[in-house]
Amino acid sequence: MATSVPPAPAPKTPPVTAPRYTGLETSPGVARAKRVGARGILYAGATFFALFAALPFAWMVLTIFKQDTDLYNAKHNPFVYNDPPTLDNVRALFNETEYVTFVVNTLIVAVAVVAITLVAVVPAAYSLTRLAGRWGEGLGIGIFLVYLVPPTLLFIPLSRVVTELGLRNSKWAMVVVYPSFTIPFCTWLLMGFFKSIPWDIEEQAMIDGYSRLGAIWRTVLPIAIPGLLTVVVFAFALTMHEFVYALAFTSSSAEKTISNGVPTELVRGDVFYWQSLMAAAAIVAVPVALLYNVFLDRFIAGFTLGAVKG
Amino acid sequence: MTATVAPPSVPATRQPRYLLDREGVLGPLMLLPAVLYIVALVGFPLVLAILYSLSDVTVGDQSIDLIGFGNFTAVWDNGTFQKALRNTFLFTFASQALVLVLANLLALILSADFHGKRLVRFLILLPWTTPIALAAIGWLWMLDSVYSPIDAALRSAGLLGPDTPFGPLRNMLWLSKPDLARLSVLLIHTWRTLPLATVILLAGLTAIPQDVKDAANVDGAGFWRQLIYIRIPLLLPIMTVAVLYGVIFTFTDMTVVYVLTRGGPIDNTQVLASWAFLKGVEGGDLAQGAAIALFLFPVMAGVAALMLRTARRTETS
Repeated sequence: MATSVPPAPAPKTPPVTAPRYTGLETSPGVARAKRVGARGILYAGATFFALFAALPFAWMVLTIFKQDTDLYNAKHNPFVYNDPPTLDNVRALFNETEYVTFVVNTLIVAVAVVAITLVAVVPAAYSLTRLAGRWGEGLGIGIFLVYLVPPTLLFIPLSRVVTELGLRNSKWAMVVVYPSFTIPFCTWLLMGFFKSIPWDIEEQAMIDGYSRLGAIWRTVLPIAIPGLLTVVVFAFALTMHEFVYALAFTSSSAEKTISNGVPTELVRGDVFYWQSLMAAAAIVAVPVALLYNVFLDRFIAGFTLGAVKG
Repeated sequence: MTATVAPPSVPATRQPRYLLDREGVLGPLMLLPAVLYIVALVGFPLVLAILYSLSDVTVGDQSIDLIGFGNFTAVWDNGTFQKALRNTFLFTFASQALVLVLANLLALILSADFHGKRLVRFLILLPWTTPIALAAIGWLWMLDSVYSPIDAALRSAGLLGPDTPFGPLRNMLWLSKPDLARLSVLLIHTWRTLPLATVILLAGLTAIPQDVKDAANVDGAGFWRQLIYIRIPLLLPIMTVAVLYGVIFTFTDMTVVYVLTRGGPIDNTQVLASWAFLKGVEGGDLAQGAAIALFLFPVMAGVAALMLRTARRTETS
């Protein structure tokens, strides 16, 4: 979807309905002209912002399929294909660079981070919503704020920690460190889900003879599956996004992830393989964007600290 | 986490049958893994960062010998620091001022119904959902010194080239001229944080109760009146939250600058975070790197405090 310039939406004529009089319009004609004008402004604004956001991506995608002779010819119109489009650059990305290694490393790191996050976050979120009483909410916000401690503040001491753990220049360094920001974020996300599950359900299960943990396992977790899925998605997405730790901890290409490997390994000295580079970025951008879109509402509910009840 | 099934004949009582059924035991125990993780990998490193900044530790000599505030004064007196500090504030506050205006506009647009809204929303979210290092690579190509499409568009509009307003060169050289490089970084931060602020504001807009809007309509309040007396006051807390995220993500970011310019030309786009990285990791001076990074801390703590206040206020209201 991100692969094309957004089509300019056709101006829509407002539905022709009898204008409602509130007694405040000067005349129906003026009111109608005002409404048509408002629609026009709406579409113009939407188009402007869509272009502002998406143009770099459109340019990326246009670049991917260009031949060198076309791309690096200053006399060519850069906005069209002067030579036929080609897939060679994508092929080169997969066959001649370490890109596949980066993808595999990213997946390994992401899966491990997701697993660690789930193991820590599920009990923590449950504890804060159900067992901590009136302290739960405050503690939850406190834990969420830890997510805002930036990697740029911690990468130097964490490099030392990683070295002491014997994980210097290993992707497992990221596996160990990344949960330090996925756990705070996802605990808070999951608390929102647990809060929405009525307490009666566990109580009934416990009256039926389950222990507390049994009740959680049999009743709460199955209901909270959408919440668990959200945790998986965002732990995954945050892992894909992280750059600073990855840059600080790993230096050999065999251990790098996408977000670190692409800017450091595919850009060598003065020789830029722009088409392959753009392909490397676009291939990641689109699936991650789709994931975010599906789970956006939960994300925002978490980010607004409950200030907006979704 | 295997379920322990008690015989169904036993009636449930208030008396816990297992140690793990006691809330005072189970609660802290379940919280423990997460808290341990945070203490070990956020709390401890934070303390270590402070220790580093007060010592003379380098990559070559890892022993922490405390030397007092020497690193902070040395950093403060460095000309690059002044530039980095100024740029960090400039990028943060200029981009977030822009975001505040644009996000309000965009949220207003997205709260209306129109054809192609889902596509527009998807496109608008792209800058924020794309891993920032990769988005920065995209911009590096957009702002290329020879093949920039922006330059090409300006040339064909007759604005760039010999005898034109931006001429006489055929290219703007976005990342090679100090002012243009700063402008580029600033706009990329705006571009990147706008989606988040927009969707947060949008959530706030949709949360305005319908009867409030209806009442305003019945009373004949026009667009501007509703904006000033209803939307803005009701959205103020959520707007604060949106801007605070933007501030923290821009203020502490090093990726945009690192990928785009590495702080250049001649440190003219350097920010605290990128300079800390260049000094601490690439230069090997861990102590000074830590000291530079710690200059981020006051603003960060301030943002966190404001965030807490906003959250508490909305909770009680």
